[in-house]
Formats: sequence, structure tokens, C-alpha cells
Amino acid sequence: MSSIRVLVGTKKGAFILTANGTRKNWDITGPHFAGWEMYHLKGSTVDPNRIYASQSSGWFGQIIQRSDDGGKTWNPPGTKPEDLMGPDGMPKGKSNEFAYEGAVGTHMWYDGTQHPWEFKRVWHIEPSLTDPDTAYAGVEDAAIFKTTDGGKTWKEMPTLRGVKGALWQPGAGGMAVHTIIIDPKNPKRIYIAISSAGAFRTDDGGLTWKPINKGLKSQYELPDPDADVGHCVHRIALHPSRPDVLFMQKHWDIMRSDNSGDQWSEVSGNLPTDFGFPIDVHAHEPETIYVVPITSDSLHYPPDGKLRVYRSKTGGNEWEALTKGLPQKNCYVNVLRDAMAVDTLDKCGVYFGTTGGQVYCSPDGGDSWTEIASHLPGVLSVEVQTLK
Amino acid sequence: MIIRVALPYHLRNLARVGAEVSLEVAGPVTIRAVLDALEAKHPVLRGTIRDHGTLKRRPFIRFFACREDLSLEPPETLLPEAVVSGKEAFLVVGAMAGG
Repeated sequence: MSSIRVLVGTKKGAFILTANGTRKNWDITGPHFAGWEMYHLKGSTVDPNRIYASQSSGWFGQIIQRSDDGGKTWNPPGTKPEDLMGPDGMPKGKSNEFAYEGAVGTHMWYDGTQHPWEFKRVWHIEPSLTDPDTAYAGVEDAAIFKTTDGGKTWKEMPTLRGVKGALWQPGAGGMAVHTIIIDPKNPKRIYIAISSAGAFRTDDGGLTWKPINKGLKSQYELPDPDADVGHCVHRIALHPSRPDVLFMQKHWDIMRSDNSGDQWSEVSGNLPTDFGFPIDVHAHEPETIYVVPITSDSLHYPPDGKLRVYRSKTGGNEWEALTKGLPQKNCYVNVLRDAMAVDTLDKCGVYFGTTGGQVYCSPDGGDSWTEIASHLPGVLSVEVQTLK
Repeated sequence: MIIRVALPYHLRNLARVGAEVSLEVAGPVTIRAVLDALEAKHPVLRGTIRDHGTLKRRPFIRFFACREDLSLEPPETLLPEAVVSGKEAFLVVGAMAGG
């Protein structure tokens, strides 16, 4: 029987939730890295026991952790005895070194002046779909790094910041590459998203990037609402069978592209509000998508204190509220952009975590929900592994 | 010389050591020499006390020895005799911050 492993990053450590395919009884381990902000954990699809984790702290900076046994034990890559000695006889300890390539450059600051890029933390780690030793890291200040040695060293893919980087600007949460999606049919094509710069695509494995923001309207955020860059994209998602079709939760607006991001159109339809953070796609129904509407950019909680996931089975525009098992009064949590995921069991499971420390699972594609963890620290990210 | 260094809770866990580590430091016992020795023995701590590259102290890390705050002293600063002799530990402290 298949089993499920849910990797939960929180503001005070990481937790691993496991269950068999019924998804009824959950075992919780953690906190791993107690007291540290765990922005993201993600497993390799090639080797599911290989899990990368981003651990950070305002005091002690960035740490990368790696597990090779499904989360039972962890090590910062490159600090085991066999990894230590470089040619000069000194330890390497480079797994947490994220150095921008070349001249560091500047981006737009809150007051309109230019501000130098400063590395702060890794928001998202996306393992390669073909090699467990290769992974991409989306970082704040916004840039993408790549490792090809299992996380021991990271190298920036610097041309991304060359795409009008001087016009990128931090949002309230910082300026980070928070979304990285590798096209499962074409590994040289990678989509990324940045708050507040927009969505970008490479078709040559990261040698060159182009902004893919046509059709996005940011009339309240940008002097030119149709600008090439500067849009506050919160999340993008795709279905592996149809990687040219993208769905986006922008700051405001749910968007859809049918041509790999070359053009977007709005599909917010009948949502009660189109502000929000995560968006995801059903594992077996490419036109079934999920969002969690949030009241507004000023009120980061669900409308009317009712936590509702909205599902569209038509790829947008027509949405239905999913409420069974979710709190429908006095609920004022948020669901952050990396805190929703799906499993690939026959009946697709949908998962999300809240800033109030709850993790919910729907084992039936969203029809009903169960709280599978109740009192964790605020949830920053949720990833799901379906284990055969 | 064997130098005692006390680490804050999270760095102890990260390096998988107790409250103090003992380090062999050759030559003049400066702030930099002690931190170099610490990172050489525990490379997982590289970047957590000093930035990679610049080797500047991270903003919320402080250094103390013999009740003196050495955080703003240059890295070449010689540590007090009590630290050199092993009577006192060199303290790496996570600053009180965050409200």
C-alpha cells in the first residue's frame, strides 16, 4: 500500500507527518531543527528519501540540511568528515554560502532608490526531476542558485537578475524567488516567480531568462499596470501532464496561461476575493485547481472568519467553496504561498497549513477536510511525498 | 594553547557539541584566530557567526570575554590572559533581539 509523507516547515522547526494510503491516522515527528525558521523542505522525486531543507535564523543566518533516509537523520551537506578537506587542507563548509555572481548590482528599494542585493535566506528548494544531487534554490534577495553536488556548494544562475533587476522591488514580505517549477517534459524549461518582480521563464536551462507577465494587471501597485516586471506574483502552478498551462495566484487576481506564460488572462470569476497566496492543481484532473481566498492585502485572513478552499473544475472562472471540516467561524489564519500541496494517490489528497499551526488534509480532492496537526508553530510550507 | 569557547544553544545543536568546545589555537590568540579554529574544527558553523566572504561578525552575534564586550573590537584583538590560559571561556552570544 502507498503511504504519504508530509513535510511541514514552520516558524519554529520542521515536522514530518506520515500516514498510510487511507490518510486517516497520522504520526507526527518533530520539531526537527527546533527553534529555527524552516522555510521549505522538499524531497527528490528520483530518490524520495533525499530531502533538502532550508533552515534559517535572524541570528545565525542560513543553513542547508539534507536527509538521505526520508527525514530520520539530517546533515548539512559537505560537513561530513569525508567531505571536509579541500585542496588547501581546509574544511569546506560551503553548503550555506550563497554568493551572488560578479558585481552584486542593485534593485529598487522602498523609497525608489537603488539598493544592493543582500542575501537573506533560502525560501524554496526545488530538486531536479532527474538527478537527486541537483537542486535549485530560490533566495531572498531574489536570485536562483543551483547545486549539482547534493547541496555541498551552490552557484548562482546570474542572468536572471539581469532581466531588468534594477526595477525589482521587495514586497512587504521581502523580495524572493519563492516559486520554482521545472517543466517535467523539458528540463531546460524552468518557471520561477518573484515578489515583487513577476514570473520568468528559461528555455535553455537558465542561460537566459525572459519575463512572462503579459496580461497581468497591477493597477494599484505599479505606475505602469502592464509593466514587463514589477508584478507581485504570489505563486504559480502547473499539472505535469500539461506543462504549458500555468495557473497563477497574483497579489490580486487568479490568472491562467495556455502558452507557457506568454500571455495571461484572468480567471478569478466568482471568487469572494481574488487575493491570496497558494494555488495548486489536482494530481489527476489538470483543469481542477485550488486557491484559498484571503480578505485583502490589508487583512490577511479569510473573509468573514470562514476558512474556505475554493475549487474550480473548469480551470478557473467557476469556483465552489469547500468547507466540510474547515472552521466556518472565528478563523483568522492565513495560508502562505508554499503551504499547499497535493498527493498522487488515486483519490487525490490536498493539503495545506496555516499561520495558526494547523495542517489540513482532504483525502477526496477537497470534498472534506480533516485537521491532521493542530498546534504547530505558524506553517511556512507544506510538501507531500507519495511513497510507493 | 587550548582555548575554551562557549556557544549559544542553537549553534551547539548545529555543531552537535556541548555548552563549550576546546580548541587548539597556534600563535597569538586573537578573536580571528579563535573563530578560524572554531570553524576549522566545526565547518558547519561557517557563515553562522561571521559572514562568508567578508568574515564580518553577523549583526546579532556578540563576543564576550572576562565580562568585556569585544564585539566591536577588531579581529586582531588579543584575548585576555585568562582566556589564553583556559581559566575563562570566550563567549559567542546570540544577542537579545526580537522583542
